[in-house]
Amino acid sequence: MTADKIGNSAPPVIRAVGLVKKFGEAEVVRDVTFTVFSGQCVGLLGPNGAGKTTTIRMILGQSPPTSGELKVFGRAVSEHASWVRGQTGVVPQHDDLDPDFTLTENLRVYASYFGLDPITTEARIQELLDFVNLGERARSRVDQLSGGMMRRLTIARALINDPRLVVLDEPTTGLDPQARHMIWARLRDLKGSGKTLLLTTHYMEEAERLCDDLLIIDRGVIIAQGSPRELIDEYVEPEVVELRNVDASIQRELGDSIDCRTEVVGDTLYCYTPDSRPLTRRLQDIPGLSFLHRPANLEDVFLNITGRDLRE
Amino acid sequence: MTRDLHIPRIRSRAFIVWRRNVLVWQKLIAPSLLINFGEPLLYLLGLGYGLGMFIGQMSGLPYLTFLASGIVASSAMNTASFEGMYSVYTRMVPQRTYASMLATPLDVDDIIAGEMLWCATKSTISATAILAVASLLGAVLSWAAVLVVPIAFVIGLCFAGPAIVMSAFSRSYDFFNYYFTLVITPMFILCGVFYPTETLPDALQTFVQALPLTHAVALVRPLVADQAPLHVGWHLAVLLLYAAVSYYLAVVLVRRRLVL
Repeated sequence: MTADKIGNSAPPVIRAVGLVKKFGEAEVVRDVTFTVFSGQCVGLLGPNGAGKTTTIRMILGQSPPTSGELKVFGRAVSEHASWVRGQTGVVPQHDDLDPDFTLTENLRVYASYFGLDPITTEARIQELLDFVNLGERARSRVDQLSGGMMRRLTIARALINDPRLVVLDEPTTGLDPQARHMIWARLRDLKGSGKTLLLTTHYMEEAERLCDDLLIIDRGVIIAQGSPRELIDEYVEPEVVELRNVDASIQRELGDSIDCRTEVVGDTLYCYTPDSRPLTRRLQDIPGLSFLHRPANLEDVFLNITGRDLRE
Repeated sequence: MTRDLHIPRIRSRAFIVWRRNVLVWQKLIAPSLLINFGEPLLYLLGLGYGLGMFIGQMSGLPYLTFLASGIVASSAMNTASFEGMYSVYTRMVPQRTYASMLATPLDVDDIIAGEMLWCATKSTISATAILAVASLLGAVLSWAAVLVVPIAFVIGLCFAGPAIVMSAFSRSYDFFNYYFTLVITPMFILCGVFYPTETLPDALQTFVQALPLTHAVALVRPLVADQAPLHVGWHLAVLLLYAAVSYYLAVVLVRRRLVL
């Protein structure tokens, strides 16, 4: 059999059809359908409370769906939750490292939860600590680590069982830019080594850099799906001009004379347009006005389709 | 929801959870053992000698022997109850240890079984420490007392389950005060640790027979005091019934709390 045929006959890594999750009356996930293929990095984007974490919990068998079909590696999660988790690495949203243990002990104990033998475990511990640049800190206690180091250790921990699928729930929330860039580099390495990644994030830059395919989810429904490029092409005009600190008079002055879709958020006026040249020429003539001209990005897509209202 | 209610499976994976707790305990072994030996020593010296001086004998036993056998049982109860509440709650809620376990092949059935085994292990350690102290003070009258060690494990299982049930309900550590004040302390006072239950009024005696500590004391005392134990099967059955029912309840409640 050729490699191609094997590839075609393997089931998708995740197959969710019509997933629904209710907590009492509240429908947190409503009819969610998607597929994740082997080797992909798929991003689950959405405002707070959109249903991202609940979806992940269902995939891991930590939250039984109210209805719908959910298979991971071709097996129904409802019947094979333990097996599915054995094939999966998880980076949870909140750190849950064991504070009583050193870095090495954290990985060793976690490996025991998978029933890994001690020889494999010890070899992997050193390899994984080096992978996340924590080799020097192997004997430190977890509570002596910075937030970024804890996240990196959590990523190392998620790889202890050599998982085929790695699920990351907001892997870089709360980290400084250096730490974030380092984690992105590691996640790209993982993808390069053939692992399938599913991640949730609020950071559009993160999604744009890492993901092949994005699912934008809001109020429990997938409202857009595609590669970052496809979403930008489909949902926003290609160029954006931002005018900062604008007052009402300038808005009136520009008024309907400019050919673009505008939106005011706080003290910034956003102009979305297929061709910004006429606008920028006019703006250059207004003294003291500062503006920013840039290509549209995923954040514009996100705000455009999920709205600008604050979510609690 | 009925899917929370299915009968738990007890698997060898429970020992993985147990082993994690052993590893943590090893790191704190010195203060832990100090408490295990220190507290009973205080009870036995203070109450055994202090009160014993006035009492002399109780139920035909030297008071120190009577008290020591009661303290072994109640200490097994206290140890499992503390561990099943404060420590289990810490791992379940603020420390998220169970959340991290539930991202691996372990499930709630394994976690609760492992925690009960661990609580019972701590009860055994505590009971053994007291027996050692009591024998140094001359209060242990028979080598049969070594059988108290496995019995302490069963006592631990019996009290671990209800304590974990409390943890599963609890929203904070304060909640455990109710359980100690309303359940553990009354048993400590009423179930024959300090005096024979036969001296209680009839109605109270019937009530006390339903409490597990009464059965724990009834198993331990004859072994320490060189007497023939009576109704061993019945007392063990009561303790194991409490353990089994509370295990099931704890699993269901923790499923509802963590797998929702």
